[in-house]
Amino acid sequence: MDFDPSDEQQMLIDNVRRFVREEILPLEAKLDPDASELDPKDHARLVEKTKAMGLYGIDIPHEFGGPDIDIVTRTLLAIEMAQHRAGLYAPCYGTFGGAGLAQLFEANEDQKERYLFPTLRGEKKAFFGLTEPSGGSDPARAIRTRAERKDNGWVINGSKIFISGADRAQYGIVFARTDASKGRGGITCFIVDHDTPGFHVRRVVHTLRSSSYATELEFKDCWVSDHQVLGEVNKGFAVANDRLTRQRIPYAAGCIGVAIAAHEMAIEWSKMRETFGARLSDRQAIQWMLVDNELDIRTARLFTLQAAEKARRGVPFRTEAAIAKLTASEGGWRVVDRSMQIHGGMGMTKDLPLERWYREMRIRRVGEGPSEVQRMLIAREVLGTSVR
Amino acid sequence: MQLRPDKPWTPLTAEAVARLPGQLGVYQIADADGAVVHINYAGGRSRFGLRSALEDELAARPAGHRFRVEINMQYMTRYQELLMLHQADTGSLPRDNAANPPPRLGRLSPR
Ligand SMILES: Cc1cc2nc3c(=O)[nH]c(=O)nc-3n(C[C@H](O)[C@H](O)[C@H](O)COP(=O)(O)OP(=O)(O)OC[C@H]3O[C@@H](n4cnc5c(N)ncnc54)[C@H](O)[C@@H]3O)c2cc1C
Repeated sequence: MDFDPSDEQQMLIDNVRRFVREEILPLEAKLDPDASELDPKDHARLVEKTKAMGLYGIDIPHEFGGPDIDIVTRTLLAIEMAQHRAGLYAPCYGTFGGAGLAQLFEANEDQKERYLFPTLRGEKKAFFGLTEPSGGSDPARAIRTRAERKDNGWVINGSKIFISGADRAQYGIVFARTDASKGRGGITCFIVDHDTPGFHVRRVVHTLRSSSYATELEFKDCWVSDHQVLGEVNKGFAVANDRLTRQRIPYAAGCIGVAIAAHEMAIEWSKMRETFGARLSDRQAIQWMLVDNELDIRTARLFTLQAAEKARRGVPFRTEAAIAKLTASEGGWRVVDRSMQIHGGMGMTKDLPLERWYREMRIRRVGEGPSEVQRMLIAREVLGTSVR
Repeated sequence: MQLRPDKPWTPLTAEAVARLPGQLGVYQIADADGAVVHINYAGGRSRFGLRSALEDELAARPAGHRFRVEINMQYMTRYQELLMLHQADTGSLPRDNAANPPPRLGRLSPR
């Protein structure tokens, strides 16, 4: 399959590339190297620009008012949007708008009014609460947070860890066990408002991603009504799984974008820097590093676009999404690592974005399903045991 | 690392600031009554990390203030955590932060 962009896709790519170079990079140069937010005035100004470009709310499905962009084009643009220092976790500092949580598109009409639409309008923010201290790779077995029936609703007790953005969110999607006798068939998805009594954001969890933190949550006799059940009781795991599979494509695209930016820096530096009487780019050792970068980037790009293309066609793409996430997060990290090596000491400094990418890219091998879990999914397909 | 900084306060003087390391981290400033009036960080663009950040504080403040620092490469998230803790403990931000609050601060309910 040919993944060369069409003329229309190329025009959009050029627009976003220009936006990153002319709007984002100059502002970013003045921010702290670990910043993940723009000054609110700059943010508002740039949002007006992305609206004028027709790309605001880029992840919102067209029927809900988002731009008419298919997932392959979206992936190509995600690769562009990540090509700046904060680009892995805050592509273009959110100036293309967020879509909120993908699961909410499955919500009932009342929930859409209360949560989905305000989120699409940018009035509410949400968190995704799946991982627990007992483990995140295998949530079907690990989830210990339980919800028990009481007074036309449910009482939630338990805890979650590594939850991004919960302290700033107005609500979150929380997975809890509603039937202890069943594994994945005993988990229900709840929408929990931040001000629900018994819901607590207990602490900040500092990680390598020192630009923004995760949090630890506690649910202590936290009662929510039946109206807060998202989807069907005991069918929450499918909701989580669907979201995780879809999310792997933009997740991979972000890694590719950062890898491309690091690789370009390494190429440029290797052509300028001289040692022992010759440019680094003249040394075979360095050339091979650059070639390996190129291979990692091309491989990840092809697999990610292949997954996106399958998703666009509406055919199963779970294995392809796993391959994309795996190649992009592992390959992207190698690219950043090699690019740092080519830069020598400068590569380790906060003067350049490489050290931030290195730290954040490391997380990508664990977040949204660690590499081992992706390999498990691919192995199932290889061994013919995949449940689609 | 203690959740809430518990190191003793040091008077904000030129001598004390000169002894500070050039590393990155967070710091608190208290007034003469011991009330925390400012929480801030020495980030990746600071000239000499905590030392230059506290030099700036010294130059901007009348005598009688005190400070304490914490060397921390995760200065950005630690800074936000300290602000949220202060807000959770006292109901408001330190005076100088309230005058210029960070754009989107979360809410914590620490144990
Ligand atoms: C910065 C950050 C932000 C996060 N944000 C969120 C969030 O917003 N919401 C959320 O719900 N979660 C979030 N997470 C959690 C993340 O999804 C989990 O860390 C991840 O799923 C792994 O779970 P775990 O840490 O419990 O590792 P474990 O499940 O304990 O696994 C430990 C290691 O063992 C490996 N492993 C597991 N099973 C096998 C096997 N069968 N064979 C071989 N190896 C195996 C895993 O791959 C992993 O490397 C975040 C994590 C981080 C670091």
